[in-house]
Amino acid sequence: MTDAVTSTASRPAAPVVNSNAPGGTGVNSSSVRYRRRPWLTRLRRDRTLLIMTLPALALLAVFGYAPMLGLVMAFQDYDLYDGLLHSPWVGLANFQQLLTDPGFWHAFRSTLELFSVQLILSFPVPIALAILFDSLMARRLKGIIQAVVTLPHFFSFVLVVTVFNEMFGGAGLLDTYLRNHGAANPFNFMTNPGTFKFLVTSQIIWKEAGWSTIVFLAALSAISPALYEAAAVDGAGHWLRLRHITLPGLKGIAILLLILNLGYALTFGFEQMLIQLPGVGQSSAQVITTFSFQNGIVAGNYSYGAAAGLFLGVTSVILILGANKVAHLFGEDGLYRK
Amino acid sequence: MTITTASAGPVSRLLGIEERPSWQERPKAVTTGAKGAAIVVILLLILLPLYAIVLTSLSSQGSINEAGGMVIWPHGLTLAAYREVVDGGVVGRALLISFGITIAGTLFSMAVSILAAYGMSRSGSFGHRAILWIMMITMFFNGGIIPLFIVVSALGGYDQYWALIAPSAVSVFNVIVMRSFFAGTAQDLIDSAKIDGAGDWRILWRIVLPTSRAVTAVIALFYAVGYWNSWFNIMLFMPSDSAKWPLQMVLYDYLTQNSQMVSAAAGFQNAVPTLALQMAVVTITIIPVLLVYPFVQKHFTKGLLLGAIKG
Repeated sequence: MTDAVTSTASRPAAPVVNSNAPGGTGVNSSSVRYRRRPWLTRLRRDRTLLIMTLPALALLAVFGYAPMLGLVMAFQDYDLYDGLLHSPWVGLANFQQLLTDPGFWHAFRSTLELFSVQLILSFPVPIALAILFDSLMARRLKGIIQAVVTLPHFFSFVLVVTVFNEMFGGAGLLDTYLRNHGAANPFNFMTNPGTFKFLVTSQIIWKEAGWSTIVFLAALSAISPALYEAAAVDGAGHWLRLRHITLPGLKGIAILLLILNLGYALTFGFEQMLIQLPGVGQSSAQVITTFSFQNGIVAGNYSYGAAAGLFLGVTSVILILGANKVAHLFGEDGLYRK
Repeated sequence: MTITTASAGPVSRLLGIEERPSWQERPKAVTTGAKGAAIVVILLLILLPLYAIVLTSLSSQGSINEAGGMVIWPHGLTLAAYREVVDGGVVGRALLISFGITIAGTLFSMAVSILAAYGMSRSGSFGHRAILWIMMITMFFNGGIIPLFIVVSALGGYDQYWALIAPSAVSVFNVIVMRSFFAGTAQDLIDSAKIDGAGDWRILWRIVLPTSRAVTAVIALFYAVGYWNSWFNIMLFMPSDSAKWPLQMVLYDYLTQNSQMVSAAAGFQNAVPTLALQMAVVTITIIPVLLVYPFVQKHFTKGLLLGAIKG
């Protein structure tokens, strides 16, 4: 107990309870009391904790905050050799050019089209899967199926697109089968710009539907079995129970996920599009994120790309904050609590 | 499908079939059939492509020519493609590079993230809320690709391996998940350790980490999968130096039909079928994910990450 004595001695305001009970029953009151101390004392007391956060803070300063400062290049005619300090300022010229660039507006429309088609078609899939899996009585079989459908979530988009290419591409399984059965020039799903939105959707379903199912399965298991039993006793059949118990039980989480999804409307699928851009072409696969990358990095027009990036960043923050606001209005937590 | 079998026969025990509650009606044969069919289709949609890829990677050029492309009937199996990978060349080197980046990156990310998470996890400590906010802002807003590229280039990161690790080393989301678990570590235990004279380093190492093994394991696996799968970083910081490419970039290169350059560099003649080699690369990319997958699954089905995802 000698240690206990010295530790209480170094914090004069700590309650005596601590030295009697090593379990520390007075923890809460003591932590309240620490807070009232002068900040310099607290700084000295917590210096180890602060030092521990330094490496992460340093990394975020260099790779998170420094690029934010670098966004001033959107208001310059940035030149690699002059750097941020000596490049000439051009005011809003880059944004004027951006807003009158038909390529930008085309990318903007493609983004919205791909996003909405993808969201509408892929959103119900995990809900349906969750209801299907939940209805299985074979526990182990359920586990195996769930493991299989969740697996592609851990694949990279390069891998997912490769898998699709080997199935539907020019030399893929389907194409080969059709050729062997007399089709002279089968339809190429991988490079057709007109059906690209459905390709994107099916890739997203293949990769993410199983993963998203987990959340809905958790919501389903939170529904009290007594509700189903009471309904069944009152004569409600399978479909009535599904409609009046299961679906209402999923409504909250479904609305939350839908709203959160909307927050990423403009930035979704960057890698997915960039990978397929060479195959499908700009007319369908060019979205705002790839537009910014191609103008800024590939074409070397850094300021113009950064202007498109800044436009994306600001609208995305507005969308995400707005989406969370709406989630809060629905009484949900969203990304952060109120 | 044996979904309706309620008797505790060997089959139902193998599948772990539960008793049907007495109020639930027995499903009609049509419903059971439809469910069974749906499940078979779902499993095939995921497993058939993977099966065809693995089988093609094991097939000889003869059977690939015969099938006209992807192989689905096993015949003429050979390990030639994998031997080619092991013997070196672009793919073998890319595999080693990918492993190196994944291991180094995961260790670095975990060290930085664990320290940051613990540093912010003690309630009432100086400035932890402010630090948390400073970190969280980067989740909502960032400078975008181009300023990041300029910063990394200015630091001399172009074509350097550290550029594939450092910019994405801290996932603020992962830090927050760990922080909330660390904060839940028994305060009594920590207080008694403090009374016994333990400092924060010792508390982290001896108490907090051993009691949060599950969450640290899952976060480590998430970082590892992230590094293994990362592709855009390479595209941005190392687009042209193919001798330094990790596996994902080699895969991307195959995908975009630039494979002539890679196979020329690897010195393939006609000995190894290109399609088989490509499919071997795909298979090799999948295998590590498959190996760590059961561990991740065990934890996320426990609801460990669900709580985190919901905030």
